Amino acid sequence: MYSEKVMEHFRNPRNVGEIDNPDGVGEVGNPVCGDMMTFYVKIDNGILTDVKFKTFGCGAAIAVSSMVSEMAKGKTVEEAMKISNADVAKELGGLPPNKLHCSNLGADALHKAIENYLAKKPGEEKKGCRCPYCDAPVEGSKICAPCQTQGRR
Amino acid sequence: MLSGYFDHAAAAPLLPEAREAMQPFLGEDFGNPASLHRFGVRPRAAVDDARAQVAALINSRPDDIVFTASASESNNLAIKGFAQSRSDKGRHIVASAIEHVSVLEPLKSLGVRGFDVTLVPVDPDGVVHPDKLAAAIKTDTVLVSVMHANYEVGTIQNIKELAALARRYRVPFHSDGTAAVGRIPVDVTDLGVDAYSFPAMSVYGPKGAAALYLKRGTRIQPLIEGGFQEKNRRAGTEDIAAIAGFGAAAAVTRAKLPEWSAAMTGLSQRIFAELPKKLEHVTFTGPVPSGVRPEAMKEPAAARAKRLPGHVSVVVEFVEGEAMLLFLDDEGIAAASGSSCSAKTLKASHVLLAMGLPHTKAQSSLVLTMGKDTTDADVTLFLDKLPPIAARLREISPLYAKFKKGEDPYAMKPGETCEDEHE
Repeated sequence: MYSEKVMEHFRNPRNVGEIDNPDGVGEVGNPVCGDMMTFYVKIDNGILTDVKFKTFGCGAAIAVSSMVSEMAKGKTVEEAMKISNADVAKELGGLPPNKLHCSNLGADALHKAIENYLAKKPGEEKKGCRCPYCDAPVEGSKICAPCQTQGRR
Repeated sequence: MLSGYFDHAAAAPLLPEAREAMQPFLGEDFGNPASLHRFGVRPRAAVDDARAQVAALINSRPDDIVFTASASESNNLAIKGFAQSRSDKGRHIVASAIEHVSVLEPLKSLGVRGFDVTLVPVDPDGVVHPDKLAAAIKTDTVLVSVMHANYEVGTIQNIKELAALARRYRVPFHSDGTAAVGRIPVDVTDLGVDAYSFPAMSVYGPKGAAALYLKRGTRIQPLIEGGFQEKNRRAGTEDIAAIAGFGAAAAVTRAKLPEWSAAMTGLSQRIFAELPKKLEHVTFTGPVPSGVRPEAMKEPAAARAKRLPGHVSVVVEFVEGEAMLLFLDDEGIAAASGSSCSAKTLKASHVLLAMGLPHTKAQSSLVLTMGKDTTDADVTLFLDKLPPIAARLREISPLYAKFKKGEDPYAMKPGETCEDEHE
C-alpha cells in the first residue's frame, strides 16, 4: 500500500520531539479527525536551524511529518514557506490517493509554525472555525471548499 | 504457517477437507446441476449434500437454505427482498445501529426509495435492549434486522428474546450471523428467526459461497432473476466448487466447534488478564469478563452481555490504529482497527461511535479475531510486541505529550467543531 520510502520514514522518523523555547509552534488537525501534528521551529538569521515534530496519525502522517522536517531543516524562511504538500508527496515517492490530505497537513503544520514565529506571538491561538485538513478559515461548512472538492476527507 | 494471524474476521484459512471437496468441480465434474444428462448428476448431488451439511450446522431444513456468493449478498437479499415483497404491508424497517455496512447500505438505498428506517441504539457494551427495539417497531414495520454478534467488539445479542419480541408484533426478523457462526453454536429454530445470513468463510470454507436461511413459507423478492435455481430465490448457475467446499467445512466445524470455542475463549481471556498489566492506558471495548474492566470504567451495562470466543477489541490510548497495525505487521502480527485512517472511507468505526466511544478513542482501536489455529505462542507474541510498539508511537504522539504535562489531550481549539462532520 505504501512506497518503500514512506515505510522507511514511518519506521525511522527523523527529528521527532519538541524544542525547548521554540521560535515558533504550529499545530494542525485534531485527534477527532484522525490526525494531529505539532511542529516546532528554531530560527536564526532567517534560517531554520532546527525543526522537530510530534504526530498522532497513520503511517502516512508520520512519514510526511518526518519528510517535511527533513526538507525544511537548513532552509531559509522563504524557502520553507514554499514547500508544498505536492512536494512532500513527491519526495516520498507518492502517497495513496486517500492519504493525500496527510501530506497537506505536514506542510501546513510547518507553515503555521513559521507564521507563529513571524507573528512574534508564540502560543496565540487563532479564533474561529478552521478546516481540519488544511486549517483554512471556514464558515458554515466544516471542511473548506478545496478539501471537499478534492475529496480529501 | 499461520503464526501471528489475528484477523479471522477478514479472512479465514481454508480447511483441507473443504479444499478436497472442491477439487472435482474444478476439474472433470464441470457439469451444470440443471442438466438432465450424466454430466449434471455429480454436481447436483454435491449441491444437495452441501445444502444438507450447511442446514445441519444451524439446525434448519435443507430446503430453507439459499446459497449466495457472500454474506453481503445474503444480507442484501434479506433486506431488499423482505422490503419489496412486503411493501404492500408497510414501508418501515428497523435495524440496530451497529450492523455491518452490507445491512446499513441497502437500508440507505431503500430510504431513497421511500422506506423509513429506524436504527436502534446500543448500550456501551454494544447490546440491543428489547425495550429499545420495541419502541422502534411501528404498525407499518415490515422487517427487523439485528446481527447475532458484532465483528468489531464481539458483543453477542440475545437474538432469541429479540426475535420473540418481533414475532409478537408479527414482524419478520433477520439476523446477520457472520461473526457468530463458527464461534458459538447456532440453532435458527431455537432462535426463532425468519432469516439468517452467514458466509462459508465463517466455518473455514472458501470465499465465493454463503447462505441465507429462510424459514419455511417465507416469501422474498429475489435480487437476481432469470432462473429457477435455489427455488427461484437466486438465479444463476451455482458455484459448485465453492458450495461443495462450504458443505464440507460446515460438517467439520459442526463436529469441532465445542473444542475450538473453548480453546479460543482461553486465549482471549489471557489477553484480557495480561495486557493491562503490560501496557498502561488500554481499555477493552465490548463485554469483558468480570474483573477485567478498570474500576474507573463503568460496570458492563448489561450483566448478561456475552462476548464471542477468540475476540479481543481494545483502545490503546494516544496511539493511532493504522500506525499500530503497520508496526505489528513488521513483527509478524496481523490485526485490524476501527480507526478512520485504517479505513478506505477514512471514517471512524460507526460501531464504536454508536457505543458512545468518542472519535478520539475510536482512532486508537485494535481488533483481534482468533481462529481454530491460533496458539498460545501467538498470544505470547502479541503480548510481547504490542507494549514496545505502543511506547514507540506514544513517544511520537503529541496527545501523549499533552497527557504527560497534565493537559487535556483531546481538548478542541476555540471554535473547532469537526465532530459532526463525521457523523
